[in-house]
Amino acid sequence: MSVLPYVVAAWLVLVGLYGIVTSRNLLHLVVCLAVMQSSSYLLLLSIGYVKDAEPPIFADVPPTTPAVDPIVQALTLTDVVVGTTVTALLLALAVQTHKRYGTLDPEELRPKRPQA
Amino acid sequence: MNARLRLRVFAVAGTALFAALVWGFVGLPDFGSFDGAYGQLLNRLSVPDRASTDVVTTVNFDFREFDTLGEEFILFAAVVGVASLLRTLRGEHVATPDDDVPGRRVPETSLVVGVTGTLLVAPTVLIGIYVVLHGHQTPGGGFQGGVILATGLLLTYLTADYMTMRRVGPTALIEAAEGAGAAGFVLIAIGGLLFAGSFFENFLPIETAGQLISAGTIPLGNLAVGLAVTGGFAFMLSEFLQQTLIKRRREVR
Repeated sequence: MSVLPYVVAAWLVLVGLYGIVTSRNLLHLVVCLAVMQSSSYLLLLSIGYVKDAEPPIFADVPPTTPAVDPIVQALTLTDVVVGTTVTALLLALAVQTHKRYGTLDPEELRPKRPQA
Repeated sequence: MNARLRLRVFAVAGTALFAALVWGFVGLPDFGSFDGAYGQLLNRLSVPDRASTDVVTTVNFDFREFDTLGEEFILFAAVVGVASLLRTLRGEHVATPDDDVPGRRVPETSLVVGVTGTLLVAPTVLIGIYVVLHGHQTPGGGFQGGVILATGLLLTYLTADYMTMRRVGPTALIEAAEGAGAAGFVLIAIGGLLFAGSFFENFLPIETAGQLISAGTIPLGNLAVGLAVTGGFAFMLSEFLQQTLIKRRREVR
């Protein structure tokens, strides 16, 4: 039994979270969130893996060949799409933040009184 | 909160999170010995029942297609979100980089980047179309192929400039692709309702596995999603790149 994929998945969550906590730049923070999210891709794919099995593609193998679980792979595709959309929206928010506050450093962001 | 205190809080919270993760992972199946009956059932059903040799696509575009509808509209919502966040605000206007300092020219794209990029555009678009069309046979499908197609448009930005990219992929065309793709996907669902009795039910003959035209509505779904993803990604890339051209009046904060 190998536990390495699960160890790497846990490590990606923690290292991504560490990056978010210590981040001094919003773009860096968005990338750290993407690192955290990649943990869920790895976890899903690891769960569905079957030893000595083929990928769930039967284009050039008989349809009875043992194959890994296709559902977690389909879920991973959904996960990737969600990750991309979250990244896109956060990057757009970072652009707006830089426009309004002139900085991307979360430490320097302070509440600002609304202007007329 | 200063950096030291924050790290201490993280050390405690991170350790707790790690413990929770380990606790959860212990209950998972051993790596390589997953025994999910449902997934294996789909592996056996996909080829005889749907004539689709890529089971992941069969799951996304047939057995679980309703979820893909949600996924498609998450992307749609993100495109709308990016569009409204990055709209041209009061006090901003779009200008070319040449307008700022008279006489100053923006450096030309280097010859190597220009030639390589131009050579890559056609193969990239071809691969994108291939991946979209063969989603029911080999790894790929509308989402993957759509991203590759949008990359083709991005290559025109790399080789020339933003204005050229806008000429190659005008906003109206990109928006039409996004809208047509999203609407087409819903129409496929309604087609199932009308002709087969339930939402997203396959209503086309499934033909023989391995043929380009086979697997019923799966290639149609891939085509619709491919269009929507191409449009969506091209639109978001275009919106982000447009930000580099936005000029703001000094007094506007």
